[in-house]
Amino acid sequence: MTQRRPSLPLVAAWLGLLGLLALTVTMAYVPLGAANAVVALSIGITKAALVAAIFMELRHRDALALLFAGAGLFWLGILLWLGLMDFLTRT
Amino acid sequence: MTEPDYLNANYTLRSWFFTTDHKRIAILYFASLTLFFFIGGAAATAMRIELATPQADLVSDDIYNRLFTMHGIIMVWFFLIPSIPNTLGNFIVPLMIGARDLAFPRLNLLSWYIFMLGGSVTLFAILAGGIDTGWTFYTPFSTLYSNSYVMVAAAGVFIAGFSSILTGLNFIVTIHRLRAPGLTWYRLPLFIWSLYATSVILVLATPVLAITLVLIAVERFFGVGFFDPRIGGDPLLFQHLFWFYSHPAVYIMILPGMGVINELISCFSRKQVFGYKFVAWASLAIAALGFLVWGHHMFVTGQSLLASLVFSFMSFVVAVPSAIKVFNWTATLHKGSLRFDAPMLYALAFIGLFTIGGLTGLFLACLAFDVHATDTYFVVAHFHYIMVGGMVTAYFGGLHYWWPKITGRLYSEYWARAAAILIFLGFNLTFFPQFVLGAEGMPRRYHVYPPEFQVWNVLSSGGATILAAAYLLPLLYLGYSAFFGSRAPANPWDAPGLEWQTSSPPPEHNFDVQPVVTRAPYQYRNFEAEPQNA
Repeated sequence: MTQRRPSLPLVAAWLGLLGLLALTVTMAYVPLGAANAVVALSIGITKAALVAAIFMELRHRDALALLFAGAGLFWLGILLWLGLMDFLTRT
Repeated sequence: MTEPDYLNANYTLRSWFFTTDHKRIAILYFASLTLFFFIGGAAATAMRIELATPQADLVSDDIYNRLFTMHGIIMVWFFLIPSIPNTLGNFIVPLMIGARDLAFPRLNLLSWYIFMLGGSVTLFAILAGGIDTGWTFYTPFSTLYSNSYVMVAAAGVFIAGFSSILTGLNFIVTIHRLRAPGLTWYRLPLFIWSLYATSVILVLATPVLAITLVLIAVERFFGVGFFDPRIGGDPLLFQHLFWFYSHPAVYIMILPGMGVINELISCFSRKQVFGYKFVAWASLAIAALGFLVWGHHMFVTGQSLLASLVFSFMSFVVAVPSAIKVFNWTATLHKGSLRFDAPMLYALAFIGLFTIGGLTGLFLACLAFDVHATDTYFVVAHFHYIMVGGMVTAYFGGLHYWWPKITGRLYSEYWARAAAILIFLGFNLTFFPQFVLGAEGMPRRYHVYPPEFQVWNVLSSGGATILAAAYLLPLLYLGYSAFFGSRAPANPWDAPGLEWQTSSPPPEHNFDVQPVVTRAPYQYRNFEAEPQNA
């Protein structure tokens, strides 16, 4: 028999994601120059962290699950590293 | 009264379509994949008939575009990627590790339904008019210019991707959690190591493909600039994202094949696999390094020179673990008690064909040579040596090896050997001329060509005829054996793996008594006494 999860953290995380979405849209119209990208990426990372910790329940998981989740991040790093190597070094 | 096996436990349609038994789900996959294999094969047949003459006399250029796209999409996503993992893997993995089922049986069934939904959507796209982008969906053609059913086909592939992810997840958890007592990592058969490495790629790479296809849809429907430079996108971004998935997908296709070959070489040499730990870790090394080489598909696209150099170097590096496997299989054969049963013929064919495919891959990893060979038949021949000569051959080898376990019946060894030899000959006659055509500069994806290329094309089309007939043969004699073949014993190959320690076909719950493992794999007890009957 599985236990029912308390729904409060889920609802709070969902509201938090909606709030961050509103913040993303709002900040897109504020002219900050290059800082716009930094702000948008920071909000994006916060959203991903919320999803990983709350919805994926990684905050309650053992080391093996965290290792696999970390592998996902590591592989994203590979995509960005080798992909950007092309974009940043084109003549 | 004996316990019913998984085949005769229940005969209703409901018992098949709502089963959570990994063995029955494997059969569902086997039937579906066989259908897709022959649909994809039919497209290839039409192409080879067209290419028998230099001029266009069977299909128009537009139909030809749709034929090779259909062939590629069906064969890659609806046959090659799921072939060994979802059929042989689904059936054998729990048996090999002494488990009653996969970790998530219902997820396993859901995976098949998702696969069938994706396949049906893609077939609809084909029947409704087809797709003309090639299986690679390259932008800007796919986003801006093509008026074929691009998004429907992309949706089919997108859906099928979730099936891959679920299967990979299921295998990873199963291998971690459900191994029999005593079955430590270094006692696992190498087929399991290969499928574990494959599953890691499935889980890590497939989401990137899904995201990429969604980005195409968003750009096509909403005009958001990801790939179109006029609205701020970069066409090469698509290729980076696509090949970040699709090159590892090559290893999704070949790693399970390598896993099968370990079992076959070991069984029919009556020896342990030479350098077990090196072969095991080579699978994981291929899985990891396979993510670092995708840019070798983009040497002539305008990718930066530094990126091309790095991707070229990494492509050479990833050949090292592949070579370790080939050398170790060869060393396993050395002084073995060889038997040339049909599965062994497939295994030997695999080693030769995979080696040719791998070595020509190194040619293409060289920046200068790749400029000459890009988009020629040299590339077509290279990847068919890997995917068809390697993967499909391994699939047939594994299918024959485990057929007695799966069906409880024996097939005709005579016909099986004949088919294996015909496949080997037909394959080489089909694809070796394409190396020559490519080296002479014939581009791929054209339905007409200069007359001087005709000799090689006729050879290739003749080989394809032999290959098509050879692929039909197993359908006939395996189909016959499934119903009329003589009964197979539990362990027809006298092999030590756990899957051979239960009856053929296995009971619903696989083992009457939980097996306990006390020794390393591949301990062929009769090796010394085995007659040298090669």
